[in-house]
Amino acid sequence: MNNARNIKHLYARAGFGIRFEDLHDHENWSANKAVRKLFKASADSHPITILTENIDLRPQANKTDEEKIRIQEERNTQDKALNLAWITQLSTTDAQLREKMTLFWHNHFACNIGNAYYEQQLNNIERENALGNFKTLLLQVSQSPGMLQFLNNQQNQKGHPNENFARELMELFTIGRGNYTEHDVKESARAFTGWAYDGKTGDYIFRPKVHDDNPKTFMGQTGNFCGEDIVEIIFSHKKTAEFISTKLYRYLVNDVPDAEHISQMTNVFYKSNYEIKPLLEFVFQSNWFYDDKNIGNLVKSPVEFLTGLNRQFYITYQNPDVLMQFQRTLGQLLFRPPNVAGWPGGKSWIDSSSLMYRMKMSSIILNAGVIDFTGKVDPGDEAYLASVRKQQMNVIKRVQAQPNWDKFLKEIPDDTSKIQIAEFMLEPKLNQAVIAEVNQATDIKDTIIQIVSTPEYQLC
Amino acid sequence: MKRRSFLKSSAIVSGAFMMPAFLKPLEAMAMSELSGYKNLVIIQLSGGNDGLNTIIPYGNDIYYQKRNTIAINKTDIVTLNDMQGLNPNLSALKEIYDQGWMNIINSVGYPNPDRSHFRSMDIWQTGSDANQFLTTGWIGRYLDSNCQNSYSAIEVDDTLSLAMKGAKMKGIAVQDPNKLYQTTREPFFKDLVHDHNNVDLNEDNLGYLYKTMIETYSSADYIQNTSKTYKVTADYPATPFANQLKTVSKFINSGLKTRVYYVSLSGFDTHVGQQNQQGRQLKIYGDGVAAFIKDLKQSGKLDDTLVMTFSEFGRRVEQNASNGTDHGTANNILIYGGKLTKPGIYNEAPDLATLDNGDLKYQVDFRDVYATLLDKWLNVNNSQILTRNFAGLNFV
Repeated sequence: MNNARNIKHLYARAGFGIRFEDLHDHENWSANKAVRKLFKASADSHPITILTENIDLRPQANKTDEEKIRIQEERNTQDKALNLAWITQLSTTDAQLREKMTLFWHNHFACNIGNAYYEQQLNNIERENALGNFKTLLLQVSQSPGMLQFLNNQQNQKGHPNENFARELMELFTIGRGNYTEHDVKESARAFTGWAYDGKTGDYIFRPKVHDDNPKTFMGQTGNFCGEDIVEIIFSHKKTAEFISTKLYRYLVNDVPDAEHISQMTNVFYKSNYEIKPLLEFVFQSNWFYDDKNIGNLVKSPVEFLTGLNRQFYITYQNPDVLMQFQRTLGQLLFRPPNVAGWPGGKSWIDSSSLMYRMKMSSIILNAGVIDFTGKVDPGDEAYLASVRKQQMNVIKRVQAQPNWDKFLKEIPDDTSKIQIAEFMLEPKLNQAVIAEVNQATDIKDTIIQIVSTPEYQLC
Repeated sequence: MKRRSFLKSSAIVSGAFMMPAFLKPLEAMAMSELSGYKNLVIIQLSGGNDGLNTIIPYGNDIYYQKRNTIAINKTDIVTLNDMQGLNPNLSALKEIYDQGWMNIINSVGYPNPDRSHFRSMDIWQTGSDANQFLTTGWIGRYLDSNCQNSYSAIEVDDTLSLAMKGAKMKGIAVQDPNKLYQTTREPFFKDLVHDHNNVDLNEDNLGYLYKTMIETYSSADYIQNTSKTYKVTADYPATPFANQLKTVSKFINSGLKTRVYYVSLSGFDTHVGQQNQQGRQLKIYGDGVAAFIKDLKQSGKLDDTLVMTFSEFGRRVEQNASNGTDHGTANNILIYGGKLTKPGIYNEAPDLATLDNGDLKYQVDFRDVYATLLDKWLNVNNSQILTRNFAGLNFV
């Protein structure tokens, strides 16, 4: 049986989309087999190791202004190197599922600090545990210097607790609002006093001297709790499994939560003691995952959009800086989430400006900004098109992106119609307007540029 | 005319030629209509600005007792009366205050305050109660009930805040009107918009994308072609925030039929090393706002403009051990305009002695401030927009 539509959907959600050749290869697979293959391709974790020096650990002697400027420049260089290393890995890896989930955790444990080395370390923790155990992941993240710094646990000390980490731990990382009280925040903050990292080595340490070891009352239990105890109590509540399941459902299935499906996920997650892999397998093997209403109805995040395009067209960038510019323009610069809650996602990716930039972005990367158009053109349009053509060389000089058109076109089977190509490239069902545009286009390349410049292409 | 020279000339005046036929012809207001068209400018300070180190209750000893390392020295404070004064980084606002163009409303908040940034910001942006979850913003609901165009509310930013999203209508996010306009010129896009313009669009995400695209087309054209007629000549500080206010000035002075402008400045979550961090942000804020108010006075628009600054919460009265402050509750709201009925400090300074678990008790519900803006400035009954009727205040 030809299972192409389901396989394509699976790869759009568990990864960043499928290529022609892969679909051709996999279209007869069952969903279960495809899921197995996806996990197999993601079995190993390849950490990002581009940064080898932690600038903050250098001796802090009195520095001249020039030295300070130079260090700031080094920081910028590190920021850039880290961002590009990850976007490149996203765009080229075979471990699509692992990277897709790393991106999920990157947003879940949003962290925005000025130290790229710590950001790289946190990113690797998220990648290593992306398909592993959520409790292990949470503890490692919470004890990473990046998160200790970002949520001020470094300053959380006996007698003067800093509540930032304790609050976000419950509100954003585990159990969610409505399941704890202000009192729980205050008490658990005391339990996390002393969790810190060593300013000389960057290693996690527990500082007994500043730890408050008096009894605390947390979620109805009283004891001489330390941070790990608090985490245990939070995880004993099924609401934690539900909170993560809901967020994952919205990331992988549909941004309108379905109580019944989420309750099934919650049971699986809770029973497996927060193992992530069985939860994902359950989602991807559920019949409801392949329901019509769950296909082609998620808004791609900017990074998913760029990654998908890069992968589909085998794009290489001579000037990788533009990849950061694109992320910034579209509203999602990796390692720079807007606040502790991360990027809100879904419809919020799309507003007037970002939609227009996104629709234009594909043609800028693939075709020097030209969307060739064979429909009815009025004089004003001709003037516009003329000016776009005049700008082509400038766009090419600025972007310096190299799609591999030959490879892309070669993978399309000879007898594929233009409409079939559009059906392959776009996840939502085609409407009359898009069918009309595609039918009007005369050249195959023009057709494809038009397809990836539609609102439909913004969805997965 | 030869084709080539035609193309050349039409490229120059492209705006007029490229007006898509399906757009209603939109004209800027005639100059005579200009005066009396009231604007509201909302400035959001994100992160929870510490109001007690912004408008400082220096006359109250408790302030100095609770904040031994982060209190501002009396000698540095720009005094306003014998109880309250401005953070020295806000010194540019002294002139605005002295001119009678500034109001300080103390102790604004809501019952059962929430100390989460996101939740409290949602409460402020939607105008909900603490236990009520609304998915539309208060300006969005104003658009729903009173406006036809998304440019009736403009956020000078790349993305749109919840405050600006209604059920039917949404404001529009415009950081740079020309950039937005240029992206709408693509003939392929125009064709897609044209094909969808009269179609009933679904409520799903695809329908949402097409709807956004169609609205963007009609607004981008109007905003660009109207706003480009005015050039701001006043001096503004070289900060992104001041630049956003400069863009608002351009919009207001060019006669855009926009009722509400929205601008944000973040960086106020000062758990650690507060004095420097907050000081930097306040300077950016104060210098930017002072330039904006003076610019509007110069161009004769200050009487038609009201500016409101808020933050999602204030901070604890007592500092923490890291020379910072943790999330708190009630805070001050700052209002600016040329037509304030009771300029200066509007109500009593915050009561630092009677606290609720270490936090200020609110005296004024923030929705009474909103109600005042809706009833007396935007001329719409506040009970249509807010969850119930609020009595309002008397600052305009």
